[in-house]
Amino acid sequence: MNLKQLVTGKKGDKQFLLGNEAAVRGAIEAGVSIAATYPGTPSSEIGDVLSYLAKDAGIYFEFSTNEKVAMEVAATAAASGLRSFTFMKHVGMNVASDSFMSTAYTGVRGGMVVLIADDPSAFSSQNEQDSRHYARLANLPILEPSNCQELKDMMVYGFDLSEQFGLPVIIRTTTRVSHMRGIVELGSIKEQNRKGHFDKDPSSFVPVPAFSLSMHERLCDKIKEINKISEKYRLNYISSSKDNFKIGAISSSSAFNYIYDIVNQDNLDINILKLGFSYPFPESKVYEFLKDLDTVFIVEEVDPIIEKEVLAVIGKYNLAITVFGKLDETFPLVHEFNPDIIKKGLNKILKYTEINEKNSYSQNFNDLIESIPNRSPVLCPGCPHRGMFYGVKRAMAKLKLKEDDVIFASDIGCYTLGLNPPYKAADYLLSMGSSIGDGCGFSKATDQKVVSFIGDSTFFHSGISPLVNAVHNKHNFVVTVLDNRITAMTGGQPNPGMSFDGMGNPAPEISIEKIVKATGCNFVKTINPMDLNETIEIYKEAFEHDGVAVIISKHPCVLIKGLEKKSTVEFNENNCKKCYVCLNRLSCPAISYKNNKVTIDKDACNGCNLCVKTCKFGAITEGNKEA
Amino acid sequence: MSKNSYNIYISGVGGQGIIKTSVIIGEAAMNEGLNVCMSEIHGMSQREGSVSTELRIGDFNSSIIPNNSADALLSFEPIETLRGIKKANKDTKIVFNTHPIHPSSGNSLEMNYPPVELIISNLKENFNYVYPIEGNDLANKVGNILSLNMVLLGAIVADDNFPLSKESIVSSMKNNLNSKFHELNLKAIELGFDAVKL
Repeated sequence: MNLKQLVTGKKGDKQFLLGNEAAVRGAIEAGVSIAATYPGTPSSEIGDVLSYLAKDAGIYFEFSTNEKVAMEVAATAAASGLRSFTFMKHVGMNVASDSFMSTAYTGVRGGMVVLIADDPSAFSSQNEQDSRHYARLANLPILEPSNCQELKDMMVYGFDLSEQFGLPVIIRTTTRVSHMRGIVELGSIKEQNRKGHFDKDPSSFVPVPAFSLSMHERLCDKIKEINKISEKYRLNYISSSKDNFKIGAISSSSAFNYIYDIVNQDNLDINILKLGFSYPFPESKVYEFLKDLDTVFIVEEVDPIIEKEVLAVIGKYNLAITVFGKLDETFPLVHEFNPDIIKKGLNKILKYTEINEKNSYSQNFNDLIESIPNRSPVLCPGCPHRGMFYGVKRAMAKLKLKEDDVIFASDIGCYTLGLNPPYKAADYLLSMGSSIGDGCGFSKATDQKVVSFIGDSTFFHSGISPLVNAVHNKHNFVVTVLDNRITAMTGGQPNPGMSFDGMGNPAPEISIEKIVKATGCNFVKTINPMDLNETIEIYKEAFEHDGVAVIISKHPCVLIKGLEKKSTVEFNENNCKKCYVCLNRLSCPAISYKNNKVTIDKDACNGCNLCVKTCKFGAITEGNKEA
Repeated sequence: MSKNSYNIYISGVGGQGIIKTSVIIGEAAMNEGLNVCMSEIHGMSQREGSVSTELRIGDFNSSIIPNNSADALLSFEPIETLRGIKKANKDTKIVFNTHPIHPSSGNSLEMNYPPVELIISNLKENFNYVYPIEGNDLANKVGNILSLNMVLLGAIVADDNFPLSKESIVSSMKNNLNSKFHELNLKAIELGFDAVKL
């Protein structure tokens, strides 16, 4: 399908959409005027699609420098009467949370939806946090879609609800909803006013103590009213209900899909209550569902949140019901669910079937399966980070610094892959932008050297204030800004260092070097990491510098579209002395060891020539530029 | 469960066109009036990681195929077939490309890729319907290695139980891929189809 059909599609049309595409269609149908994000998987495609479609859809869209800024862009647009949309991965919500918490007090005038994409099983994240806690923390409503149609519909509903009560509404997805594809029937597109006006009212929008207490009272009153709506919402429904069944299950989000299919396939006598609008908690609805049961399963990813709410209802009404969920470990407390996990959990209690987890394969086949190599993500052939890592390691060797003498504080981006051998250049990692703050602590706490690695987009996101801290408090370590001219890890979004913005319009490039110099840092060097000799020399100087040394390792990512393809290297086998420096120190996916010799895959090689520079024997030479 | 239910697990390596292939099947199912949902895992796919999708045609809510329940495994790479094998049972159609893509590892000297012949013989020993396809050769025969995914798409359409017509797969292909390559892709689909059917 051509993505433009997300804008041109008519009411009643059916499209086979990714969850993230369905969210975009929902935003378009709801008449969103302003959308802002910082890219993060599993929500990245929402931004990519909006970036592509914003002009057609009449939406202003931006990649903000971080999620907190995106939250503020959306909050003020909504305060000005427009419909606004911000979306982020779960850990991005932690960044945005400071301003988000205040939006609960200030409220909004136009509708505002905050989509948070959780990542159970941490497919591409540092944790498996359950962002449903934010609904309780901020005291704001939350919707939990189970599939693409619901996600699209809840977007539209969320905006109506938000506008009706003047509060932001959270939509929480998981990877399996954001990255699910399904059939979505489109609705009509609502025309909205595209220019807002902010009517001043400090008592509503300036939460100083004098005002914030009454704001909090107002919030609690609204949530009481919204609770009446969550009790009746159509996506809080009981499926497959039979009066004589004594067993029930309560579920939400992607977990609902698994329990629903199993109950149907295995013909189990279980009633299911699906919660699509899970906070404010629809207590009466849950009570009505529970009251004639003797057993209930709570099926939810990740934390036992509904489970504890249900236990409270059971306690309050003094019901005699046994609850099976995460707290008793009927279902695991960690990782995403799947149909097999749910079936196993149900069967532990109901014992309705034989589950044979041992396969009947031959021993040879089991051995073969055990032996298959992993396909860990690696730095691409031609990746500029490879030259930088190589340079750091060679500089250490020349200064006789051992592995234990240097702590590598890493950050969120492709360079986190420096964790793997042979670089082993990630010893500590907390969050976006943390590498520089981590450097501050390590350099004071120990006599070890510290090298921080942070990408260009991550530096803009949250690397600047810790750098100011490092210089002002006279810390002593090396900061590497890996400026590969793109936000690479999430699929190549622009960032403030680029000459264009999220809608493809020309934009001023922000200079990382000028920002660093403005802190007063007196060691600021920009290097080309493909020049190995220079890279090694500059790192040697940086290691010996007293104070904060900042190296900007600047070279474009090989995945940037439209870059000129370079000619691939030539391997002259006769010159190879089998020292394996190219294999063992560069670890390039294009270079491998097959049939007892070095092999270079010309299809994979991007012609960066790093291997040419590391081969002392002339076995690898630059390719013919004319070819 | 409707008679038309069909679960297909598709796996391979980033860049092989796995997601596009899956979307083509999914849209074709929708156009034939069937219910369909799909799950894709591609967090690190650009960096030579494993990519897999799970496509479920029929009345399913869950986009994850339970273990031992796939009607077909379609794999673009030999060891990726093995990585997804727990989805298969004895009667699952296992269609896979025999051309290996060696993973790069930290220390390439230690990498240990099992012989493809061993993979084929083991699969045949443990499963009833195993179809190794010389996918890269067929794609090169068509004239472009990028048509590999269409070769494999054609191969799975050849399964007798595949619930969608070749015509609707072809029209979905045309709706999803650049018209410049339609003719080439058609040839690829036919070659893949014949590789299993003949």
